[in-house]
Amino acid sequence: MLGHLSTPELSSLLALSPSIDQIGTQERIARIQARSIKGAAKIQGLRMALSMIDLTTLEGKDTPAKVRQLCFKAQHLHDQAADLPTVAAVCVYPTMVGVAKKALGNSGIKVASVSTAFPSGQAPFEVKKLDTLYALDNGADEIDMVVSRGRFLSGDYQFVYDEIAAIKELCSTARLKVIFETGELDSLDQVRKISDLSIAAGADFIKTSTGKIQPAATFPVVLTMLGAIKDHFDKTGQMIGMKPAGGISSSKLALQHLLMVKEVLGEAWLSNEWYRFGASSLANDLLMQYQKQLTGKYQSAAYFSID
Amino acid sequence: MEVLKTYKLYIGGQFPRTESGRSYAVLSQSGQHIANACQGSKKDIRNAVQVARKAQASWAAKTAFNRSQIIYRIAEMLEARKGQFLEELQALGFDLKSATQEVETSIDRCVYYAGWADKYQALLGTVNPVASSHFNFSVPEAMGVVGVVACQQTALLGFISQVLPALIGGNSVVVIANQKLPLCAITFAEVLATSDVPGGVVNILTGSVEEMLPTLSGHMDVNALSLAQLDIAIVEKAQTEAVENLKRVMSYSIDFSQSRAQGLSYISDFQEIKTTWHPIEQIAGGAGGY
Amino acid sequence: MMSQTNWNLEPSMESAAQIQLQAQYELFIDGKWQAPLSNTYYDNVNPADESHLARIAWSNAADVDLAVRAARSAYENVWSKLSGAERGKYLFRIARLMQEKAKELAILETLDGGKPIRESRDIDIPLACNHFFYYAGWADKLQEAFPGQQVAALGVAGQITPWNFPLLMLAWKVAPALACGNTVVLKPAETTSLTALKFAEICQEAGLPAGVVNIVTGYGDSGAALVAHPDVNKIAFTGSTAVGKQIQKACIATNKKLTLELGGKSANIILEDAPIDQAVEGVINSIFFNQGHVCCAGSRLFVQESIAERVLEKLKFRLQSIYVGNPLDKNTDIGAINSKKQLETIERYIQLGLEEGAEIYQPTCELPSAGYYCKPTLFTDVAQSARIVQEEIFGPVLTIQTFRTMEEVVQKANNTPYGLAAGVWTDKGARIFGLSQQLKAGVIWANTYNKFDPASPFGGYKESGFGREGGLHGLRAYLKFPN
Repeated sequence: MLGHLSTPELSSLLALSPSIDQIGTQERIARIQARSIKGAAKIQGLRMALSMIDLTTLEGKDTPAKVRQLCFKAQHLHDQAADLPTVAAVCVYPTMVGVAKKALGNSGIKVASVSTAFPSGQAPFEVKKLDTLYALDNGADEIDMVVSRGRFLSGDYQFVYDEIAAIKELCSTARLKVIFETGELDSLDQVRKISDLSIAAGADFIKTSTGKIQPAATFPVVLTMLGAIKDHFDKTGQMIGMKPAGGISSSKLALQHLLMVKEVLGEAWLSNEWYRFGASSLANDLLMQYQKQLTGKYQSAAYFSID
Repeated sequence: MEVLKTYKLYIGGQFPRTESGRSYAVLSQSGQHIANACQGSKKDIRNAVQVARKAQASWAAKTAFNRSQIIYRIAEMLEARKGQFLEELQALGFDLKSATQEVETSIDRCVYYAGWADKYQALLGTVNPVASSHFNFSVPEAMGVVGVVACQQTALLGFISQVLPALIGGNSVVVIANQKLPLCAITFAEVLATSDVPGGVVNILTGSVEEMLPTLSGHMDVNALSLAQLDIAIVEKAQTEAVENLKRVMSYSIDFSQSRAQGLSYISDFQEIKTTWHPIEQIAGGAGGY
Repeated sequence: MMSQTNWNLEPSMESAAQIQLQAQYELFIDGKWQAPLSNTYYDNVNPADESHLARIAWSNAADVDLAVRAARSAYENVWSKLSGAERGKYLFRIARLMQEKAKELAILETLDGGKPIRESRDIDIPLACNHFFYYAGWADKLQEAFPGQQVAALGVAGQITPWNFPLLMLAWKVAPALACGNTVVLKPAETTSLTALKFAEICQEAGLPAGVVNIVTGYGDSGAALVAHPDVNKIAFTGSTAVGKQIQKACIATNKKLTLELGGKSANIILEDAPIDQAVEGVINSIFFNQGHVCCAGSRLFVQESIAERVLEKLKFRLQSIYVGNPLDKNTDIGAINSKKQLETIERYIQLGLEEGAEIYQPTCELPSAGYYCKPTLFTDVAQSARIVQEEIFGPVLTIQTFRTMEEVVQKANNTPYGLAAGVWTDKGARIFGLSQQLKAGVIWANTYNKFDPASPFGGYKESGFGREGGLHGLRAYLKFPN
């Protein structure tokens, strides 16, 4: 399966990727981190962050029972608090998609499945294709694929592009998130380049990491990806979603990320239609902070369920 | 019957007569008429500054090593013309001993400054350890066009001592020579004309300091002034006119025959310090900063 | 799926309640607070809401004379007799005390001058403290700094600081002066004296000998008296080019050593291969930092033609997330214009830009009803000969020009009587050095802008002044050299 861009076309597209200055990027982030998010804005931000979570379990030791528990949590984040949103999706391996789909029923919470030989992506294309089809057949609403970083780093951009385009075609109505594993890329310039490539190949979302490699969703990486999304939108009018994953475990970080989205992309992206956090432990921290805002009392982890 | 030489001006590598068409008699100490010199005018200053501005960038752009070679070549040529300078100085009334000392010290000073061309940068420049992730360094850079009123006590040494540090640092100069003793300055111009110093980099005018200096000190395209042993009233007037474009004004009172009348500080007097910042990417956990 | 819009930050005010302002401030002379002989005071106003802050002594020539005498006596009897190491210890102590009072100083600076608390907290005050730390360490190393030259202190330094970075400019001047062994009479700007007066308290607390630092508040006439005083050995001034020239004139026929940090109209140049998003952010920092009240502000933007439209589009978008408002709000990016007079000047220039036919862009944002505020302003379609391109506005007003070739942009960038700073944005290392060589300015920011550090010399070419502040080069301004 081939994408519609030829190698020369792809080369000229990537030649337009702007260079990224790391120190300038850090300074921009420092400006955002210096902002103070308080009061009603904080409460609103925490709720927003909760609603954007892809609640994730991606362990070799995952079992259907564990996935069912996670799905319950996804719908009942903290029933002691009234009127909480649910998370956006539950993210699992393809073998668990059926379980999750059933457990979530008609809750409106999506099932996202990692695919294409997650996390390494080191499998023949035929295997990646079957992996994806399996997840889709079991009802996955969203596919989180990994790119072939080795091929990208070796300069075989056409291969990476074609692979994404092919998976996108399999996805049909399912939304495709493309995982870069930025911890394996060498520079922000490469992060920008792979963002531009993936968006051109049909990614609905771009996602930083698998969560298996450190560093993962660092601010510079996320800001660089947001820059690619913004430029694509300004050029085409098409919105692309963003999903940082791995390393965002506190409310403070999550709120800063949201503020970055607001300032870099605009408020249109502040919904789980266009923005997700790939996380497992973030939810409870958001809940604790939320309760703190409501009650004025600092919270204990003992009062928040772990699934 | 002796043919009296008329010493011309030196502007833009040429030897024009003053546009004013005037000249004045150069007298020896005993009052003997030994030569004529051009009585430079405001317009001569204007012309000189114009060519000096034009020539400055390419002079500064020559490699430091090249500027060093060129100035050293001047020392060699001064040595070759030593006889002529001695004759002129003696005609002006210097005894042989003091004339010899003046010429030899001048040649030595030339050699001295030739050697500085590719070294002062290392001493005036710095790499600055800033606290952010930036490479930050400061380098000296020529001020541009320097107006010089040559020392009015010496015929050659003061002139050399003021012109060379400005020159070696990449400036171009417009010099008002010693009014009473202009001969050596113009003979020096003849040396320059056959050297590799590009035309316009050094311009030499003779005539009345009082008449020409206000044009130089008030000129908006002159960046700095080098004055030496002038009457305080003249210096103050020049300083006042210099304010208009914030000229940097150096007024020296030192006896140029002294050994401390040469040095790095005379070069740095006509240098600006330029500081450049650039981010340092942090790679493999490396901290920014030098 | 849940959809959110209108997520707006709430004001997050730094509390001014922790600041104890005095109703009236006297002069700080000879280690004591002294009522002015002039018997005159002026009202100091908070530019953020036009509220009254305090009454401040307005010194006259007799007061200045008293301060200079105190400084002279302290120089002769105490300060010049101390070793460099001992002087250094005082400076270290002052630096530490400033750090300990950093929050108070930041709030004071913001109340008094209108700058956003984020900037006073994160930039002005830390840099001011660091400046004292930096020069403290030089005090006993002056001979090593200038090998082979017997350097010596000058004596009494008269220093006049501007209102845009009150405490930071004080630090830039006082720290090297004291490190080099001079004593000081400082005249802060009339609209922003509070941190200088707080600094006087810090000097007292540090046990600095009486008379080593004297602070005489007041308007330009107080400064003029200081410049004119016959027993002052050094004048350091930061401010406008017009006043700088008056000072240079006044110092003629005196033995006063002079350094001037004056105005600018600095060029910020973006080439087509620049890291564009960081360059756009650099533009924001270059012109909207401190309401544009920055002598080295990159007030003339030059963008290469091929990316000009995109840069402008990005700039306009970025302006939407610039908060203009109460400077005590931690989220404020652009605070209050320093004074009514300055606001009027800026507004006059904006009007002039419109009359000159330039196209204006200002974001839609509400300004507070009281106080002095100005929206960030972009002007496109401007000619090199337009006055808004040529003259220093000293406000959040940017002119944007395009260019095709590097030769053209170098020529235009240098086509100004000023020469304080310049910015260059390009991904190509060789080009950075090529351009930075060609630009006639004392500071070149390549792929960054408006960065300051005590170790980095700062100062201008041409009518932007002479002398350097900061770094090793900054010592020269406060030392006597053999020649």
